[in-house]
Amino acid sequence: MSDIPEGLKYSREHEWVRVEGDAAILGITDYAQSHLGDVVYVELPEVGVKLKQNGALGVVESVKAASDVYAPVSGEVLERNAKVIESPELVNRAPYGEGWLLRVKLADPAELPSLLDAAGYRDHTADG
Amino acid sequence: MRLTPLHEEHLALGATMVPFAGWDMPIQYPSGIVSEHRATRAAAGLFDLSHMGELWVRGDGAPAALDRLVSSDIQGLAVGHARYGLLTNQSGGIVDDVIVYRTAPGELLVVVNAANVEKDLAHLTERLTGAAITDASAETALVAIQGPRALAISGRVADAPLDDLASFGVRRTAVAGVECLAARTGYTGEDGLELFTPWGGAPTVWHALLDAGAGEGLVPVGLGARDTLRLEARLPLYGNEIDEATSPIEAGLGWACALDKPFLGRDEIARVKAEGPDRRLVGLIVDGGVARHAFPVLSDGVEIGRVTSGTYGPSVQKNIALAYVPSDRAKPGTVLAVRIRGRDVPATVARTPFRRKGEAA
Repeated sequence: MSDIPEGLKYSREHEWVRVEGDAAILGITDYAQSHLGDVVYVELPEVGVKLKQNGALGVVESVKAASDVYAPVSGEVLERNAKVIESPELVNRAPYGEGWLLRVKLADPAELPSLLDAAGYRDHTADG
Repeated sequence: MRLTPLHEEHLALGATMVPFAGWDMPIQYPSGIVSEHRATRAAAGLFDLSHMGELWVRGDGAPAALDRLVSSDIQGLAVGHARYGLLTNQSGGIVDDVIVYRTAPGELLVVVNAANVEKDLAHLTERLTGAAITDASAETALVAIQGPRALAISGRVADAPLDDLASFGVRRTAVAGVECLAARTGYTGEDGLELFTPWGGAPTVWHALLDAGAGEGLVPVGLGARDTLRLEARLPLYGNEIDEATSPIEAGLGWACALDKPFLGRDEIARVKAEGPDRRLVGLIVDGGVARHAFPVLSDGVEIGRVTSGTYGPSVQKNIALAYVPSDRAKPGTVLAVRIRGRDVPATVARTPFRRKGEAA
């Protein structure tokens, strides 16, 4: 059973969003990291890049394969997690903590209701 | 999809199963590829390789007959010893890479890649004269135990100690009461054994070894870590580094070709060796992403070759790859690039193997 914390928003593509005022922290879920396996490389956009909801955010590579990560919300990249670029295994060890990927300035808070809450995401992963 | 005799064991261990060469095989167990890789380097790993093919070649003339079809010296192979070699074609390409075990004066076991069993059997059947060939793949299981603790662990469940077995030595023994052929061979760059057992005996051998090694760090290892282990050791994978259009010389397998004897394709291989190959297989350290099979390799923005295999090397802790490049770009230290998702990422030609046996894990 994968870890799905309350209080976060989730995309159907297995990314999470933690809203902090007009900004948000993004990462991939415990479900996603456990299916990817050992993460060995993380490719993230530069600060200032404008992400579109459901557009490509970056790539997370495991030993087995490269997987695209999609932006769960639109926004401008404010910060990349330098620690996760240096130590990609943080995505496996703490997907909701030290393994976060990006901090973005939310472009359109009206997108947030389109995301799932913890219960909705639990149902979604149970289906898949 | 074909199932090995250890299929139930893999499911019970929580393995992720994937199709491989027509078989349902474990790619990893819950601890994951990196952890399985490191356990094999530090202690020992247990592998189900029952998908591999086993072809017996028998008859008084068997060594001489096989010698004409395998690149390495098979006639000179002593009973109780094994040798790596290549099945070659007329144009000096590689039909398969194999290990040939001489188990008796007129008896040789040829262990071939799972994907090539039918092809190799047809290739050998058509060309072998004075020897009989039997495909025992369907009744022969293969359990490998690899890593610095492999010999000690298996010695405790075998009828007789195995640590006096020479490297590439082979002998009959019993493990947990199951008759098997034990060989000091492998595909990980570590010391270890490969145990050929009757199909139905594999679970007994598997459980006996897992139990015997539990306190010493032995873990089951899937095909995922088998690939990272062999890549760090620069061991070729058929279909990636080598195929029928590849010369052993460009693949760096000249050492496995005894050019002082006649064998199929020998003259062409000798010609490539004398003239020097146009391209060579090199190791690359890739700085910024994982280079995968078929990714382009570039020099000054121009494509000069392709990656054959690439991964993250858990022991070397770098992204590593093998690739064919023109011979004048093959010198260690040469800075090339690999195109990863449209970006040209620096890749430096490195000495191989990326890791040698006994180096820190």
